[in-house]
Amino acid sequence: MSSDSDNEQIEATSDAKSASAKTSPPSEKEIELPKFEKGLADKIVEKFGTRIKVAFVKPDRVRINVGRDDVKEVAEFLRDVLNFDHAESVSGVDYPQDKEIEVVYHLGSYTDSSLARQILVLATRAQREENPIPGNDTTKLPSLREIFYSVEFHEREIFEMFGVYFQGHPDNRRLLLPEDWADLPPLRKDFAIKGR
Amino acid sequence: MNKELPPGLALQKVDERIMTLNVGPQHPGSGHMRIIVQIDGDFIVACDPDPGYVHRGEEKMAEYRNYITNIPHLERPVIHDSCNVLYPYVLGVEELLGIEVPERAKYIRVIASELNRCVYTMYWLAIYGIFLGHSTMFMWPAGDRELLIDLLEKMTGARVTHAHFVPGGVRNDLPPNFEDVCLRQVNYFEKRIKEYAAIFYDNPILIARTANTGVLSREDAIRLGTTGSVLRASGVDYDLRKKEPYDVYDELDFQTNVLKEGDSYARSKIPWLDMMESCRIIRHALQKMPKSGSVRVKLKPNPKGGDASVYKRVESGRGSLGCYIVSDKKPEPYRVKLSVGSFRNLIALPYLLKGEKLGNMPSVYWSLNYWPVEADR
Repeated sequence: MSSDSDNEQIEATSDAKSASAKTSPPSEKEIELPKFEKGLADKIVEKFGTRIKVAFVKPDRVRINVGRDDVKEVAEFLRDVLNFDHAESVSGVDYPQDKEIEVVYHLGSYTDSSLARQILVLATRAQREENPIPGNDTTKLPSLREIFYSVEFHEREIFEMFGVYFQGHPDNRRLLLPEDWADLPPLRKDFAIKGR
Repeated sequence: MNKELPPGLALQKVDERIMTLNVGPQHPGSGHMRIIVQIDGDFIVACDPDPGYVHRGEEKMAEYRNYITNIPHLERPVIHDSCNVLYPYVLGVEELLGIEVPERAKYIRVIASELNRCVYTMYWLAIYGIFLGHSTMFMWPAGDRELLIDLLEKMTGARVTHAHFVPGGVRNDLPPNFEDVCLRQVNYFEKRIKEYAAIFYDNPILIARTANTGVLSREDAIRLGTTGSVLRASGVDYDLRKKEPYDVYDELDFQTNVLKEGDSYARSKIPWLDMMESCRIIRHALQKMPKSGSVRVKLKPNPKGGDASVYKRVESGRGSLGCYIVSDKKPEPYRVKLSVGSFRNLIALPYLLKGEKLGNMPSVYWSLNYWPVEADR
């Protein structure tokens, strides 16, 4: 939760008296961490120590940042020990100023009912090149397709949209873009929309 | 349990018995996508879905517009389900900005999203019916759908693209007498859809065509990460309205529908059963809704998120719909990602079609509750 003062809202519209319409300004002090989520994060830290970094622990959401060499091992641990069994979403985020592209896996569980509300966010970063040649440059990450089958199409999408090549993915073809696309991967920040 | 999955047709050796057939992208049976199938006689030996013909770059566009002006275009991927497709985005922006939504607005949102779920499902059911050659099943849902579209038009001012949900609540309060009209229409609607059992779901011809085709086992439904009706037809009880209730779903009385068969018939039945639950939810919400009060918290112009990211998800007509928003203290989001049910269920298509007869392709394909425009975004 941010403490940015820009976020304070002005009065409620029609019925200022309504108690439920009151806005809750972002709290200044740190709230106590949710217990279950803290437990999840602790288990991962216990296993991997400093190789991973817990970015946040929020209600129902735990995010860990992992280096690209450890991501497969961590994912295997999440599947086999913590019972996360599928990927809900895989997103790429481009950070040109860091010269990195982040790939974020949102993992969930259908089989373990205690994890039904939980999303474990597993983030890793690939090196980014100024002039990408998708598939033939250093922008590469190990694929998690062997561990989570459900990432197959998501990783194909990130390959075409960001140019991140997933090593070990059985089917590195384009998915949504036309076959004759010869421009930059379009979701990178330096691919600009015309007129903007 | 594991049928070997095709690694993509480009990698496959084709012998002379095998014929490669393009279904789509213009063929009405495939929607706006191409399904490349390889057939040996009448049997499908491999299938390669090729989406992307209606890719519109919603995620890229979202990076150029501020949090509020993003609303009307982010609902475009599924205009029939426009409330649900906006829902996770709006919930996410609310968390980023730290907004608490008025109670009445939460109920209005739930009613609108359930009405929208029914509108979407009726549209899908009409297409499912016509592709199985049942033209009455096209006419009836297309006609009965109008009842709910009229309600949504009264509520939001637009028939299909509502853009009704905004961070902080909903755009407008309900019109006078809406509760009575809504109750009457929904009761009639429920009576109508119950009649579909006799004409469609209990029809022996439909059952003969769809039962035991395209069977997805429970293990594979989980392994492939499917969602929504596809998952619940395979015996996994997972509905986000129960598992991770948002807004006021935890205060409402309804149940989730789960079937064990995992075939096309079960997959096509779940959305229909869900519509009856939607009617229950709407009736209960109308009863529990606060009768007056604010429906919207007004925001500052050009609100800015903090340096944070948020992932919110809701249960849409096609399953879990997630929205990942990354904010970097600017009025525009740094990145918006929509993780949609259609895209997640698509991975099951090559798996289900392998070994199936070509004539069963439409029933398997449409039973996945797939919406090409949503999958492409």
